[in-house]
Amino acid sequence: MALRYNALVIITKQKPFAEILKGVRGAQSLFIFGCGDCATLCRTGGEAEIAAMAEKLAAEGVTVTGGTVPHTTCHELDVQRIGRQFKEEIGKSGAILVLACGAGVQAVGDSLDKPVISGCDSLFIGNSKRQMNFYEKCSACGDCVLNETAGLCPETRCPKGLLNGPCGGAVRGMCEVDQTNKCVWIEIYERLKSQGRLDGLMEITAPKERRKANMPHKIEQPVRSAK
Amino acid sequence: MSKFQESLSRFCITAEIPPPKGADASSYLRIAEKTVGRVDGVNVTDNQRGMMRMSSLVFCKLLKDIGCEPIWQVACRDRNRLALQSDMLGAMAFGIENLCAMTGDFPTMGDNPDARPVYDLDSMQLLKAANDLARGVAMNGKPVKNVRPFFTGAVINPFYEPFELELLKTKKKIAAGARFFQTQPFFDIPSVEKFLGTVKGLDAAFLIGVTPLKGEKMITFLNEKVLTTPIPAEVTARITGAADQTREGLLAAAEFVNAMRNRAHGVHLMPIGQEENLPPLLDMIEAGK
Repeated sequence: MALRYNALVIITKQKPFAEILKGVRGAQSLFIFGCGDCATLCRTGGEAEIAAMAEKLAAEGVTVTGGTVPHTTCHELDVQRIGRQFKEEIGKSGAILVLACGAGVQAVGDSLDKPVISGCDSLFIGNSKRQMNFYEKCSACGDCVLNETAGLCPETRCPKGLLNGPCGGAVRGMCEVDQTNKCVWIEIYERLKSQGRLDGLMEITAPKERRKANMPHKIEQPVRSAK
Repeated sequence: MSKFQESLSRFCITAEIPPPKGADASSYLRIAEKTVGRVDGVNVTDNQRGMMRMSSLVFCKLLKDIGCEPIWQVACRDRNRLALQSDMLGAMAFGIENLCAMTGDFPTMGDNPDARPVYDLDSMQLLKAANDLARGVAMNGKPVKNVRPFFTGAVINPFYEPFELELLKTKKKIAAGARFFQTQPFFDIPSVEKFLGTVKGLDAAFLIGVTPLKGEKMITFLNEKVLTTPIPAEVTARITGAADQTREGLLAAAEFVNAMRNRAHGVHLMPIGQEENLPPLLDMIEAGK
Protein backbone atom coordinates (compact mmCIF):
# COMPACT_ATOMS: atom_id res chain seq x y z
CA MET A 1 0.00 0.00 0.00
CA ALA A 2 1.40 3.38 -0.95
CA LEU A 3 2.14 5.86 1.80
CA ARG A 4 -0.04 8.95 1.83
CA TYR A 5 3.04 11.12 2.34
CA ASN A 6 6.78 11.01 1.79
CA ALA A 7 8.64 9.00 4.43
CA LEU A 8 11.84 11.05 4.12
CA VAL A 9 11.64 14.76 4.75
CA ILE A 10 13.65 17.87 5.35
CA ILE A 11 12.55 18.73 8.85
CA THR A 12 11.79 22.35 9.58
CA LYS A 13 10.71 24.36 12.58
CA GLN A 14 8.93 27.71 12.31
CA LYS A 15 11.02 30.60 13.57
CA PRO A 16 9.60 32.53 16.52
CA PHE A 17 7.08 35.07 15.18
CA ALA A 18 9.12 38.00 16.51
CA GLU A 19 12.09 36.81 14.44
CA ILE A 20 9.91 36.50 11.32
CA LEU A 21 8.60 40.05 11.90
CA LYS A 22 12.20 41.28 12.20
CA GLY A 23 12.88 39.68 8.79
CA VAL A 24 9.92 41.54 7.30
CA ARG A 25 11.88 44.77 7.86
CA GLY A 26 8.91 47.06 7.59
CA ALA A 27 7.45 45.67 4.35
CA GLN A 28 3.77 46.70 4.27
CA SER A 29 2.57 43.70 2.28
CA LEU A 30 3.69 40.09 1.83
CA PHE A 31 2.96 37.14 -0.42
CA ILE A 32 3.36 33.75 1.30
CA PHE A 33 4.78 30.53 -0.13
CA GLY A 34 4.31 27.29 1.76
CA CYS A 35 5.35 23.85 0.56
CA GLY A 36 3.06 20.89 -0.09
CA ASP A 37 5.78 18.41 0.64
CA CYS A 38 8.10 18.43 3.67
CA ALA A 39 6.84 21.64 5.33
CA THR A 40 3.25 20.41 5.12
CA LEU A 41 4.29 17.15 6.75
CA CYS A 42 6.16 19.04 9.51
CA ARG A 43 3.17 21.38 9.92
CA THR A 44 5.35 24.42 9.36
CA GLY A 45 4.26 25.51 5.87
CA GLY A 46 1.02 23.76 4.87
CA GLU A 47 -2.37 25.34 4.09
CA ALA A 48 -3.27 25.65 7.80
CA GLU A 49 0.04 27.28 8.74
CA ILE A 50 -0.15 29.77 5.85
CA ALA A 51 -3.66 30.81 6.98
CA ALA A 52 -2.55 31.15 10.61
CA MET A 53 0.50 33.18 9.59
CA ALA A 54 -1.65 35.50 7.42
CA GLU A 55 -3.87 36.16 10.45
CA LYS A 56 -0.93 36.94 12.75
CA LEU A 57 0.62 39.25 10.15
CA ALA A 58 -2.67 41.07 9.65
CA ALA A 59 -2.81 41.69 13.42
CA GLU A 60 0.58 43.40 13.08
CA GLY A 61 -0.72 45.57 10.25
CA VAL A 62 0.99 43.65 7.45
CA THR A 63 -1.25 43.01 4.40
CA VAL A 64 -1.07 39.56 2.89
CA THR A 65 -1.65 39.90 -0.85
CA GLY A 66 -2.00 36.16 -1.41
CA GLY A 67 -0.50 32.78 -0.72
CA THR A 68 0.10 29.39 -2.25
CA VAL A 69 1.24 25.92 -1.25
CA PRO A 70 2.95 24.43 -4.33
CA HIS A 71 3.33 20.67 -4.71
CA THR A 72 7.00 21.29 -3.79
CA THR A 73 8.79 24.62 -3.41
CA CYS A 74 12.29 23.39 -4.26
CA HIS A 75 11.56 22.87 -7.97
CA GLU A 76 12.88 26.13 -9.39
CA LEU A 77 11.17 26.00 -12.81
CA ASP A 78 7.90 25.22 -11.08
CA VAL A 79 8.39 28.20 -8.75
CA GLN A 80 8.90 30.43 -11.81
CA ARG A 81 5.64 29.08 -13.29
CA ILE A 82 3.81 29.80 -10.01
CA GLY A 83 5.34 33.28 -10.09
CA ARG A 84 3.63 33.90 -13.43
CA GLN A 85 0.37 32.42 -12.13
CA PHE A 86 0.35 34.80 -9.12
CA LYS A 87 1.94 37.73 -10.99
CA GLU A 88 -0.58 40.28 -9.74
CA GLU A 89 -0.58 39.26 -6.05
CA ILE A 90 3.22 38.97 -5.94
CA GLY A 91 3.54 42.27 -7.79
CA LYS A 92 1.52 44.07 -5.09
CA SER A 93 3.69 42.62 -2.27
CA GLY A 94 6.83 44.17 -0.84
CA ALA A 95 8.42 40.78 -0.14
CA ILE A 96 7.74 37.04 -0.18
CA LEU A 97 7.61 35.07 3.07
CA VAL A 98 8.52 31.41 2.55
CA LEU A 99 7.36 28.82 5.08
CA ALA A 100 9.53 25.94 3.87
CA CYS A 101 13.07 24.66 4.22
CA GLY A 102 16.12 26.72 3.23
CA ALA A 103 16.11 25.05 -0.19
CA GLY A 104 12.56 26.32 -0.76
CA VAL A 105 13.47 29.84 0.41
CA GLN A 106 16.37 29.96 -2.04
CA ALA A 107 14.34 28.46 -4.90
CA VAL A 108 11.92 31.38 -4.47
CA GLY A 109 14.66 33.96 -4.02
CA ASP A 110 16.58 32.70 -7.08
CA SER A 111 13.45 32.45 -9.26
CA LEU A 112 11.37 35.54 -8.47
CA ASP A 113 12.45 39.17 -8.39
CA LYS A 114 11.34 40.05 -4.84
CA PRO A 115 13.04 40.18 -1.44
CA VAL A 116 12.57 36.82 0.25
CA ILE A 117 12.03 36.16 3.99
CA SER A 118 12.67 32.79 5.58
CA GLY A 119 10.02 31.76 8.09
CA CYS A 120 11.58 28.45 9.15
CA ASP A 121 14.81 26.93 10.38
CA SER A 122 15.82 23.74 8.53
CA LEU A 123 16.90 21.07 10.98
CA PHE A 124 17.78 17.76 9.32
CA ILE A 125 16.90 15.03 6.83
CA GLY A 126 14.39 13.01 8.83
CA ASN A 127 13.08 9.48 8.69
CA SER A 128 9.50 9.33 9.93
CA LYS A 129 7.97 6.62 12.04
CA ARG A 130 4.58 8.17 12.62
CA GLN A 131 3.10 11.67 12.30
CA MET A 132 5.34 14.39 13.78
CA ASN A 133 8.01 11.87 14.88
CA PHE A 134 11.22 12.36 12.92
CA TYR A 135 14.67 10.83 13.32
CA GLU A 136 17.99 11.84 11.76
CA LYS A 137 19.72 8.77 10.39
CA CYS A 138 21.56 9.99 7.28
CA SER A 139 23.47 13.25 6.90
CA ALA A 140 24.48 12.88 3.22
CA CYS A 141 28.21 12.78 4.02
CA GLY A 142 29.17 11.52 0.57
CA ASP A 143 31.28 8.63 1.91
CA CYS A 144 28.88 5.92 3.09
CA VAL A 145 30.15 3.45 5.71
CA LEU A 146 26.90 1.53 6.26
CA ASN A 147 28.33 -1.67 4.79
CA GLU A 148 30.87 -1.81 7.60
CA THR A 149 28.55 -0.77 10.42
CA ALA A 150 25.62 -3.18 10.18
CA GLY A 151 23.53 -0.57 8.38
CA LEU A 152 23.62 1.93 11.28
CA CYS A 153 25.32 5.26 10.50
CA PRO A 154 27.90 6.37 13.10
CA GLU A 155 28.69 9.51 11.10
CA THR A 156 25.15 10.73 11.82
CA ARG A 157 23.94 8.84 14.87
CA CYS A 158 27.13 9.28 16.92
CA PRO A 159 27.47 13.02 17.70
CA LYS A 160 31.25 12.62 17.38
CA GLY A 161 30.99 10.68 14.11
CA LEU A 162 33.44 8.06 15.39
CA LEU A 163 34.37 5.34 12.90
CA ASN A 164 36.25 2.81 15.04
CA GLY A 165 33.98 2.17 17.98
CA PRO A 166 32.38 4.16 20.78
CA CYS A 167 33.95 6.83 22.95
CA GLY A 168 34.14 5.99 26.64
CA GLY A 169 31.31 8.30 27.59
CA ALA A 170 28.17 6.18 27.29
CA VAL A 171 26.09 6.17 30.47
CA ARG A 172 24.31 2.84 30.97
CA GLY A 173 24.41 2.35 27.20
CA MET A 174 22.98 5.80 26.47
CA CYS A 175 24.84 8.57 24.60
CA GLU A 176 26.66 11.07 26.86
CA VAL A 177 25.50 13.92 24.62
CA ASP A 178 21.79 13.07 24.66
CA GLN A 179 20.91 10.41 27.18
CA THR A 180 17.56 9.72 25.47
CA ASN A 181 19.52 8.12 22.60
CA LYS A 182 21.12 4.69 22.78
CA CYS A 183 24.84 4.80 21.86
CA VAL A 184 24.80 3.86 18.17
CA TRP A 185 28.15 2.05 18.54
CA ILE A 186 26.62 -0.24 21.15
CA GLU A 187 23.76 -0.84 18.69
CA ILE A 188 26.25 -1.58 15.89
CA TYR A 189 28.14 -3.96 18.19
CA GLU A 190 24.95 -5.75 19.28
CA ARG A 191 23.64 -6.07 15.72
CA LEU A 192 26.95 -7.38 14.34
CA LYS A 193 27.25 -9.78 17.29
CA SER A 194 23.75 -11.15 16.72
CA GLN A 195 24.63 -11.62 13.04
CA GLY A 196 27.93 -13.34 13.88
CA ARG A 197 29.91 -10.61 12.11
CA LEU A 198 31.90 -9.04 14.99
CA ASP A 199 35.28 -9.84 13.39
CA GLY A 200 34.80 -6.97 10.90
CA LEU A 201 34.93 -4.48 13.80
CA MET A 202 38.60 -5.30 14.51
CA GLU A 203 39.72 -3.59 11.30
CA ILE A 204 40.85 -0.01 11.75
CA THR A 205 38.71 2.21 9.54
CA ALA A 206 40.77 4.93 7.87
CA PRO A 207 39.92 8.61 8.36
CA LYS A 208 37.07 9.86 6.20
CA GLU A 209 37.63 11.56 2.87
CA ARG A 210 36.06 14.78 4.07
CA ARG A 211 36.41 16.49 0.70
CA LYS A 212 33.48 14.37 -0.45
CA ALA A 213 31.30 16.31 1.97
CA ASN A 214 32.53 19.74 0.88
CA MET A 215 29.70 22.09 -0.03
CA PRO A 216 28.03 23.21 -2.19
CA HIS A 217 27.32 19.95 -3.98
CA LYS A 218 25.80 19.80 -7.45
CA ILE A 219 25.07 17.21 -10.09
CA GLU A 220 24.61 18.22 -13.73
CA GLN A 221 24.09 15.11 -15.77
CA PRO A 222 22.62 14.83 -19.25
CA VAL A 223 19.17 13.25 -19.15
CA ARG A 224 19.00 9.97 -21.00
CA SER A 225 15.69 8.95 -22.44
CA ALA A 226 14.14 5.93 -20.72
CA LYS A 227 13.71 2.88 -22.92
CA MET B 1 63.19 5.82 24.55
CA SER B 2 61.33 8.33 26.70
CA LYS B 3 61.96 8.44 30.45
CA PHE B 4 58.34 7.51 31.01
CA GLN B 5 58.66 4.48 28.72
CA GLU B 6 61.80 3.40 30.62
CA SER B 7 59.96 3.67 33.93
CA LEU B 8 57.46 1.03 32.81
CA SER B 9 60.09 -1.66 33.39
CA ARG B 10 59.43 -1.14 37.12
CA PHE B 11 56.44 0.18 39.12
CA CYS B 12 55.56 3.47 37.50
CA ILE B 13 53.67 6.49 38.85
CA THR B 14 52.13 9.14 36.64
CA ALA B 15 50.10 12.14 37.80
CA GLU B 16 47.68 14.46 36.10
CA ILE B 17 48.10 18.24 36.23
CA PRO B 18 45.80 20.38 34.07
CA PRO B 19 47.01 23.54 32.34
CA PRO B 20 45.83 26.72 34.07
CA LYS B 21 42.71 28.62 33.11
CA GLY B 22 44.69 31.77 32.44
CA ALA B 23 48.08 32.82 31.12
CA ASP B 24 49.98 32.48 34.40
CA ALA B 25 51.01 28.87 35.01
CA SER B 26 53.19 29.55 38.07
CA SER B 27 50.89 28.07 40.74
CA TYR B 28 50.56 24.74 38.87
CA LEU B 29 54.28 24.78 38.05
CA ARG B 30 55.09 25.16 41.75
CA ILE B 31 53.10 21.98 42.41
CA ALA B 32 54.70 20.20 39.45
CA GLU B 33 58.18 21.16 40.69
CA LYS B 34 57.53 19.19 43.89
CA THR B 35 56.83 16.05 41.82
CA VAL B 36 60.11 16.09 39.85
CA GLY B 37 62.00 12.82 40.37
CA ARG B 38 59.05 11.40 42.33
CA VAL B 39 56.66 10.64 39.45
CA ASP B 40 57.57 9.15 36.09
CA GLY B 41 55.28 11.26 33.97
CA VAL B 42 52.92 14.21 34.24
CA ASN B 43 49.75 14.00 32.16
CA VAL B 44 48.65 17.33 30.77
CA THR B 45 44.95 17.38 29.98
CA ASP B 46 43.60 18.89 26.75
CA ASN B 47 40.61 21.14 27.51
CA GLN B 48 39.32 18.35 29.72
CA ARG B 49 35.54 17.96 29.98
CA GLY B 50 35.32 20.50 27.15
CA MET B 51 36.42 23.35 29.44
CA MET B 52 38.70 25.95 27.83
CA ARG B 53 42.20 26.14 29.34
CA MET B 54 45.76 26.92 28.26
CA SER B 55 47.04 24.82 25.34
CA SER B 56 48.11 21.42 26.62
CA LEU B 57 51.15 21.41 24.32
CA VAL B 58 52.36 24.75 25.68
CA PHE B 59 51.90 23.62 29.28
CA CYS B 60 53.84 20.43 28.45
CA LYS B 61 56.73 22.62 27.31
CA LEU B 62 56.58 24.68 30.53
CA LEU B 63 56.68 21.45 32.55
CA LYS B 64 59.54 20.07 30.47
CA ASP B 65 61.51 23.27 31.19
CA ILE B 66 61.36 22.65 34.96
CA GLY B 67 62.44 19.02 34.62
CA CYS B 68 59.12 17.16 34.45
CA GLU B 69 58.45 14.33 31.99
CA PRO B 70 55.25 15.46 30.24
CA ILE B 71 52.65 13.10 28.80
CA TRP B 72 50.78 15.17 26.24
CA GLN B 73 47.08 14.38 26.17
CA VAL B 74 45.55 14.99 22.76
CA ALA B 75 41.78 15.07 22.29
CA CYS B 76 40.14 14.65 18.88
CA ARG B 77 37.47 17.24 19.66
CA ASP B 78 39.17 20.52 18.81
CA ARG B 79 41.57 20.05 15.88
CA ASN B 80 41.48 18.60 12.39
CA ARG B 81 44.28 16.44 10.93
CA LEU B 82 46.22 19.48 9.71
CA ALA B 83 46.33 21.07 13.16
CA LEU B 84 46.97 17.77 14.95
CA GLN B 85 49.93 16.87 12.78
CA SER B 86 51.44 20.34 12.99
CA ASP B 87 51.09 20.25 16.79
CA MET B 88 52.78 16.84 16.77
CA LEU B 89 55.76 18.31 14.93
CA GLY B 90 55.73 21.12 17.48
CA ALA B 91 55.77 18.56 20.30
CA MET B 92 58.75 16.84 18.69
CA ALA B 93 60.57 20.17 18.47
CA PHE B 94 59.89 20.74 22.20
CA GLY B 95 61.26 17.27 23.01
CA ILE B 96 57.88 16.03 24.19
CA GLU B 97 57.93 12.30 23.61
CA ASN B 98 54.78 10.88 25.21
CA LEU B 99 51.32 11.23 23.70
CA CYS B 100 48.07 10.00 25.18
CA ALA B 101 45.18 9.97 22.68
CA MET B 102 41.53 10.37 23.58
CA THR B 103 38.25 11.22 21.89
CA GLY B 104 37.35 14.18 24.10
CA ASP B 105 34.04 15.07 25.77
CA PHE B 106 31.49 16.67 23.46
CA PRO B 107 31.51 20.51 23.44
CA THR B 108 27.97 20.74 24.81
CA MET B 109 29.26 19.20 28.05
CA GLY B 110 31.80 21.98 28.53
CA ASP B 111 31.97 25.76 28.85
CA ASN B 112 31.85 26.56 25.11
CA PRO B 113 28.77 24.55 24.12
CA ASP B 114 28.46 26.27 20.73
CA ALA B 115 31.96 25.31 19.60
CA ARG B 116 32.12 23.28 16.38
CA PRO B 117 32.86 19.67 17.31
CA VAL B 118 35.76 18.60 15.07
CA TYR B 119 36.47 14.87 15.54
CA ASP B 120 38.13 14.77 12.10
CA LEU B 121 40.03 11.74 13.47
CA ASP B 122 39.03 9.31 16.18
CA SER B 123 41.46 8.12 18.86
CA MET B 124 42.58 5.08 16.84
CA GLN B 125 43.25 7.13 13.74
CA LEU B 126 45.07 9.69 15.91
CA LEU B 127 47.31 6.99 17.41
CA LYS B 128 48.12 5.68 13.95
CA ALA B 129 48.80 9.20 12.63
CA ALA B 130 51.18 9.92 15.55
CA ASN B 131 53.11 6.67 15.06
CA ASP B 132 53.29 7.12 11.29
CA LEU B 133 54.52 10.70 11.68
CA ALA B 134 57.12 9.55 14.21
CA ARG B 135 58.56 7.27 11.54
CA GLY B 136 58.48 10.03 8.95
CA VAL B 137 55.20 9.52 7.12
CA ALA B 138 52.44 12.13 7.19
CA MET B 139 48.76 11.27 6.89
CA ASN B 140 48.77 12.07 3.18
CA GLY B 141 51.40 9.36 2.72
CA LYS B 142 54.19 11.86 1.98
CA PRO B 143 57.55 11.68 3.78
CA VAL B 144 58.41 14.15 6.54
CA LYS B 145 62.04 14.75 7.46
CA ASN B 146 63.63 15.31 10.87
CA VAL B 147 60.99 13.64 12.96
CA ARG B 148 61.41 12.21 16.46
CA PRO B 149 59.89 9.17 18.15
CA PHE B 150 56.65 9.22 20.10
CA PHE B 151 55.64 6.85 22.87
CA THR B 152 51.88 6.63 22.51
CA GLY B 153 49.07 5.46 24.71
CA ALA B 154 45.40 5.88 25.38
CA VAL B 155 42.72 5.57 28.05
CA ILE B 156 40.47 2.68 29.01
CA ASN B 157 37.27 2.65 31.03
CA PRO B 158 37.27 -0.60 33.07
CA PHE B 159 33.65 -0.03 34.04
CA TYR B 160 32.35 0.31 30.48
CA GLU B 161 29.35 -1.83 29.60
CA PRO B 162 29.45 -3.95 27.47
CA PHE B 163 33.10 -4.48 28.47
CA GLU B 164 33.67 -6.83 25.52
CA LEU B 165 33.27 -3.78 23.27
CA GLU B 166 35.76 -1.74 25.34
CA LEU B 167 38.21 -4.64 25.13
CA LEU B 168 37.76 -4.84 21.37
CA LYS B 169 38.47 -1.10 21.14
CA THR B 170 41.53 -1.51 23.38
CA LYS B 171 42.92 -4.20 21.08
CA LYS B 172 42.37 -1.88 18.12
CA LYS B 173 44.19 0.91 19.97
CA ILE B 174 47.11 -1.44 20.59
CA ALA B 175 47.12 -2.34 16.87
CA ALA B 176 47.14 1.42 16.14
CA GLY B 177 50.22 1.92 18.35
CA ALA B 178 49.06 2.32 21.98
CA ARG B 179 51.71 0.96 24.36
CA PHE B 180 50.25 2.21 27.63
CA PHE B 181 46.75 2.73 29.00
CA GLN B 182 45.60 4.91 31.86
CA THR B 183 42.35 3.86 33.48
CA GLN B 184 39.45 5.63 35.12
CA PRO B 185 39.85 5.68 38.91
CA PHE B 186 39.43 2.51 40.92
CA PHE B 187 38.47 2.55 44.60
CA ASP B 188 38.71 -1.11 45.56
CA ILE B 189 41.28 -3.86 44.99
CA PRO B 190 38.94 -6.68 43.83
CA SER B 191 37.76 -4.51 40.91
CA VAL B 192 41.40 -3.90 39.90
CA GLU B 193 42.19 -7.61 40.05
CA LYS B 194 39.13 -8.44 37.98
CA PHE B 195 40.11 -5.79 35.42
CA LEU B 196 43.74 -6.88 35.19
CA GLY B 197 42.51 -10.42 34.57
CA THR B 198 40.54 -9.24 31.54
CA VAL B 199 43.49 -7.39 29.95
CA LYS B 200 46.08 -10.07 30.78
CA GLY B 201 48.19 -10.97 27.77
CA LEU B 202 47.61 -7.68 25.94
CA ASP B 203 50.84 -6.03 24.75
CA ALA B 204 50.58 -2.79 26.72
CA ALA B 205 51.11 -1.42 30.24
CA PHE B 206 48.00 -0.64 32.27
CA LEU B 207 48.31 2.18 34.79
CA ILE B 208 45.59 1.98 37.41
CA GLY B 209 43.74 5.26 37.98
CA VAL B 210 43.79 6.59 41.56
CA THR B 211 41.84 9.62 42.76
CA PRO B 212 42.13 10.85 46.37
CA LEU B 213 38.66 11.63 47.68
CA LYS B 214 38.52 15.02 49.34
CA GLY B 215 35.20 14.57 51.06
CA GLU B 216 31.48 14.13 50.61
CA LYS B 217 31.12 16.90 48.01
CA MET B 218 33.75 15.38 45.74
CA ILE B 219 32.29 11.89 46.14
CA THR B 220 28.89 13.20 45.03
CA PHE B 221 30.47 15.08 42.10
CA LEU B 222 32.38 12.00 40.92
CA ASN B 223 29.40 9.71 41.28
CA GLU B 224 27.15 12.07 39.38
CA LYS B 225 29.42 13.60 36.74
CA VAL B 226 32.48 11.44 36.14
CA LEU B 227 32.16 7.79 37.10
CA THR B 228 30.05 5.14 35.43
CA THR B 229 30.19 2.93 38.56
CA PRO B 230 29.65 4.58 41.96
CA ILE B 231 32.35 4.66 44.64
CA PRO B 232 31.95 1.65 47.02
CA ALA B 233 29.93 2.47 50.17
CA GLU B 234 32.70 1.38 52.58
CA VAL B 235 35.17 3.78 50.94
CA THR B 236 32.64 6.61 51.16
CA ALA B 237 32.02 5.72 54.83
CA ARG B 238 35.75 5.76 55.64
CA ILE B 239 36.22 9.25 54.19
CA THR B 240 33.01 10.85 55.42
CA GLY B 241 33.45 9.35 58.90
CA ALA B 242 36.91 10.89 59.39
CA ALA B 243 37.60 14.07 61.34
CA ASP B 244 39.92 15.33 58.58
CA GLN B 245 38.26 14.08 55.39
CA THR B 246 40.92 15.45 53.01
CA ARG B 247 43.75 13.77 54.94
CA GLU B 248 41.80 10.50 55.19
CA GLY B 249 41.21 10.59 51.43
CA LEU B 250 44.92 11.07 50.77
CA LEU B 251 45.86 8.28 53.21
CA ALA B 252 43.38 5.91 51.55
CA ALA B 253 44.76 6.80 48.10
CA ALA B 254 48.37 6.28 49.26
CA GLU B 255 47.49 2.88 50.74
CA PHE B 256 45.77 1.99 47.49
CA VAL B 257 48.82 2.98 45.43
CA ASN B 258 51.13 0.87 47.58
CA ALA B 259 48.73 -2.07 47.33
CA MET B 260 49.14 -1.86 43.56
CA ARG B 261 52.92 -2.36 43.68
CA ASN B 262 52.81 -6.13 43.32
CA ARG B 263 49.70 -6.14 41.15
CA ALA B 264 49.92 -3.59 38.31
CA HIS B 265 52.46 -1.95 35.97
CA GLY B 266 51.83 1.29 37.76
CA VAL B 267 49.32 3.91 38.82
CA HIS B 268 47.97 7.13 37.38
CA LEU B 269 47.14 9.78 40.01
CA MET B 270 44.23 12.06 39.14
CA PRO B 271 43.71 14.63 41.91
CA ILE B 272 40.78 16.28 39.98
CA GLY B 273 40.67 19.82 41.33
CA GLN B 274 43.00 19.28 44.33
CA GLU B 275 46.36 19.36 42.55
CA GLU B 276 47.86 21.09 45.61
CA ASN B 277 47.43 17.78 47.44
CA LEU B 278 49.66 15.92 45.00
CA PRO B 279 52.95 16.56 46.91
CA PRO B 280 51.51 15.45 50.31
CA LEU B 281 50.01 12.39 48.59
CA LEU B 282 53.46 11.53 47.24
CA ASP B 283 54.87 11.97 50.79
CA MET B 284 52.34 9.47 52.11
CA ILE B 285 52.98 7.02 49.26
CA GLU B 286 56.74 7.17 49.86
CA ALA B 287 56.28 6.83 53.65
CA GLY B 288 54.12 3.72 53.22
CA LYS B 289 56.26 2.03 50.61
